[in-house]
Amino acid sequence: MSRPVGIVGTGQTDHKSHRPDVNGREMIREAVTRALEDAELSIKDIDAIVIGNMDHFESINYVDTWSVEGSGGVMKPIMKITTGGTTGATVALAAYYHVASGLFDRVLAIGWEKNSESDTTAAIITCSDPIWDRFSYSGAIPSLATEATAYMKQYGATQEDAALIAVRDRNNALNNPHAHLQRPITVDDVMNSPMLAYPIKLLDVCPRTDGACAVVFAADGVAQKLTKQPAWVKAGSVRHTFTWFGDSTDYDRGLVSLQRASAEAYKHAGITKPAEEIDVAELYLPYTYAGLKWIEDLGFCGKGEGAKFVREGNTDMNGKIPVNPSGGVISTNCIGATALLRVAEAAIQVMGKGGDRQVDGAKTALATGFGGCFWSDVVILGAQKP
Amino acid sequence: MNDVAIAGVAQTGHESRKDNMIYADMVFDVVTSALEDAGLTLDDIDSVVTVSNDFLDGRTISGMAVGDASGGQDKNISTVEGDGTFGAFYGLMRVLSGYGASIVVAHSKGSECDIRYVTNGMFDPIYQRLLGIEAISASAMQAGEYMQRYGVSEEQLAAVSVKNHGNARNNPYAHLPMDISIDDVMKSRPIADPLKKLDCGPVSDGAAAIIIASPEIAAKATSTPVWVKGVAHCAEDYMIGDRDLAVPVALKDAARRAYDMAGIKNPAEELDLVELYDAFSYMEPLWLEGLGLAEAGKGMSLLEKGVTTMEGSLPVNPSGGVLSSHPVLVAGLVRIIESVLQLRGQAGERQVKNATSALAHGINGPCGQSHCVWILNKDK
Amino acid sequence: MENWKDTVEIITQEGQIAVPYTWWVGDTGSRFLMALRDEKKILANRCSECGKVYVPPRKNCGQCFVDIDDWTEVGPEGTVETFTIVHFNYPVQPVKAPFAYVLVKLDGADVSLLHLVRDDIEKLGKGSRVVARFSENRTGSILDIDSFQVIEGK
Repeated sequence: MSRPVGIVGTGQTDHKSHRPDVNGREMIREAVTRALEDAELSIKDIDAIVIGNMDHFESINYVDTWSVEGSGGVMKPIMKITTGGTTGATVALAAYYHVASGLFDRVLAIGWEKNSESDTTAAIITCSDPIWDRFSYSGAIPSLATEATAYMKQYGATQEDAALIAVRDRNNALNNPHAHLQRPITVDDVMNSPMLAYPIKLLDVCPRTDGACAVVFAADGVAQKLTKQPAWVKAGSVRHTFTWFGDSTDYDRGLVSLQRASAEAYKHAGITKPAEEIDVAELYLPYTYAGLKWIEDLGFCGKGEGAKFVREGNTDMNGKIPVNPSGGVISTNCIGATALLRVAEAAIQVMGKGGDRQVDGAKTALATGFGGCFWSDVVILGAQKP
Repeated sequence: MNDVAIAGVAQTGHESRKDNMIYADMVFDVVTSALEDAGLTLDDIDSVVTVSNDFLDGRTISGMAVGDASGGQDKNISTVEGDGTFGAFYGLMRVLSGYGASIVVAHSKGSECDIRYVTNGMFDPIYQRLLGIEAISASAMQAGEYMQRYGVSEEQLAAVSVKNHGNARNNPYAHLPMDISIDDVMKSRPIADPLKKLDCGPVSDGAAAIIIASPEIAAKATSTPVWVKGVAHCAEDYMIGDRDLAVPVALKDAARRAYDMAGIKNPAEELDLVELYDAFSYMEPLWLEGLGLAEAGKGMSLLEKGVTTMEGSLPVNPSGGVLSSHPVLVAGLVRIIESVLQLRGQAGERQVKNATSALAHGINGPCGQSHCVWILNKDK
Repeated sequence: MENWKDTVEIITQEGQIAVPYTWWVGDTGSRFLMALRDEKKILANRCSECGKVYVPPRKNCGQCFVDIDDWTEVGPEGTVETFTIVHFNYPVQPVKAPFAYVLVKLDGADVSLLHLVRDDIEKLGKGSRVVARFSENRTGSILDIDSFQVIEGK
């Protein structure tokens, strides 16, 4: 069976709206260099590399082979994983399996995106079926807006409730030197921001960011020699449940993929009461309403209780289960890196390297990925070797 | 490496235009056929790896189009963007990590895209792409470099095309079974010197699936298991001007590690057949050199001595190879599938006698920048 | 009974992905393209660890994985390492076939630069000497070198 695997180092760029000073490969190398420094390794120590992004955001075919100068893949095994918004999480899991399989001891996971190089919406529209969906599907925001209105109608959540998520995450970002958006905001700011697709306003959604993230995974026996406190992988589960957008619109059931992925991950990690047993959560919340609704799907609170749970401060930095100490996706969104940044932040928290944003005594951390056709990935990290 | 088996295989026929099937149809077909081949059901599968490419499919998140069709709806699924051999490598690692069985399924359709634009997209956008460079012209330069370096002639390379198209006549899945002569190849239309039409594989429509299983699931399967003995991949420098195009160093490294894992000391003696990624005729001798089956510059001598023909001691591409069927990405998985069929003794008219050990090979990136090598055996 | 598949007409839908791109060249590459545009010079840089001279210049050496900041000028003449004469056309090519792609080892460089040759392609061979011909209107792109000209065939 599989051997234990721990995260021993993370690195990320200082995320910005655009990075004219570097091309994609050069930006990737910044994150790789920082991850290697954090793990006190050189590129020669790395046995294999997994990289991911979304092709049409930069129009690079075969990113694995294109990247080698920056990713460190010259004369190494390198493979590419791409699963839309969830890419960063599936890259992390692929790196985990590289090590768990026993074939490699030290593996680098890389997620990156230079969103400034293309028209993000023009590219993302092409994820829908060219014959049936593409003429009508107008990008990520409208499909999320339909989920939000369904949730508001079902449980009476308000736009102000959703705004609390933006305020929480954006203010958390002030403690993260790498975060892209570093300006504090209020509920009024969110409410007064331009309406994009009801009920989603500009400050309810993630930005577009240039950035990269790299995470080093190491095998049991190797990991302990590299760091006092590896962040051990306790569970990783993926549900990419739907193919057609029309299949995913039964919103009253909740986010089915996240329910299924988290149920399996909790089982593997031995978690029965998530809100009690998980110390910190880094959630892929591409827009604010997800911060109310998806914590229900994760079992942090009951159905329809998301808004109340958030209003009571349970997800604040000093709350019962702090959510998004990094500032989350609302503050930084370099898409191919976004879900890997969630895993990296979860690892940073478990390793006790969170600085001003450290959650005291964080032993168990949960990270999620979201993307594709309402897909979800869940990764659980812990201080104790499984 | 712990024991892992390939328990099921399936492929579509490869052809120029599968106009009655969308990607999901092809994927569903090969997944259900692979399960049938294995005598397993979807309940036995707990891991799914799809293989696709957003450029080929003209679709961001191309894996999304085949999620349901792959059987991955409520399973741990992921998508490898690259050749099928790399997707299979991921499926294998998942089984080694504790999963019972991975389905690995790849699809592509040359008929729905323009491969020149698609492969132009793998070159550097700042320094190379504006020049119009794409896979054929870049490969032509690699062919030229190889021929110049070692004094290999166009006629010599033409013999590879003759052999592989000829082998394809015995493969019911092949796109271009052909009875051709060296003269036919030499007189075929010049594409990019020294490559002529018949030096180049087609761009086919097709799909393929394999089931990679733990010994427990393999024991449950009704098929004859084929065992994975060694596997490795490696990439070299990206910019083609940085590389020595006549020496496939990444392949040498991948082959060395795969042989080590499999305990193979003398590959020419210990292997019974090779299925390699011969997108162009020159690739067969060049990759044979990278695989350590011939000395540098001597790749052609194996065919000339009859070693790599169907009657020889080490048949290469009994299926007809990629020269005869080239569904991009799928083609590497087809190399594994052909090896499995040969080791099971199910290769029909093209059966290599007493085949017990086979090598399958796939490539990624410009001019074989990245290579993946699989060693399979009939015995555990 | 008649199978509907025997009479169905297969319909296709035409389309293309039309996404605009703006690739950041980065500071290292921009210096190279500026020199092409403003000075008709081909800049390269040298890895301090392995000594390899790269053109186009790199921010870091892929093999040694260290930063590079040792600049030099190479070319404009060089030697053809390998080439192909292209006989087909498609819209991305900047010239009409037949033309040649060449990998040119510019004098002073350790790696080859990919470019094209428009004229005298029949004189091309491995080892041919070629020289960069700069475009009249230069915009800061690899096509500021219009092409390479054969100065000594093989």
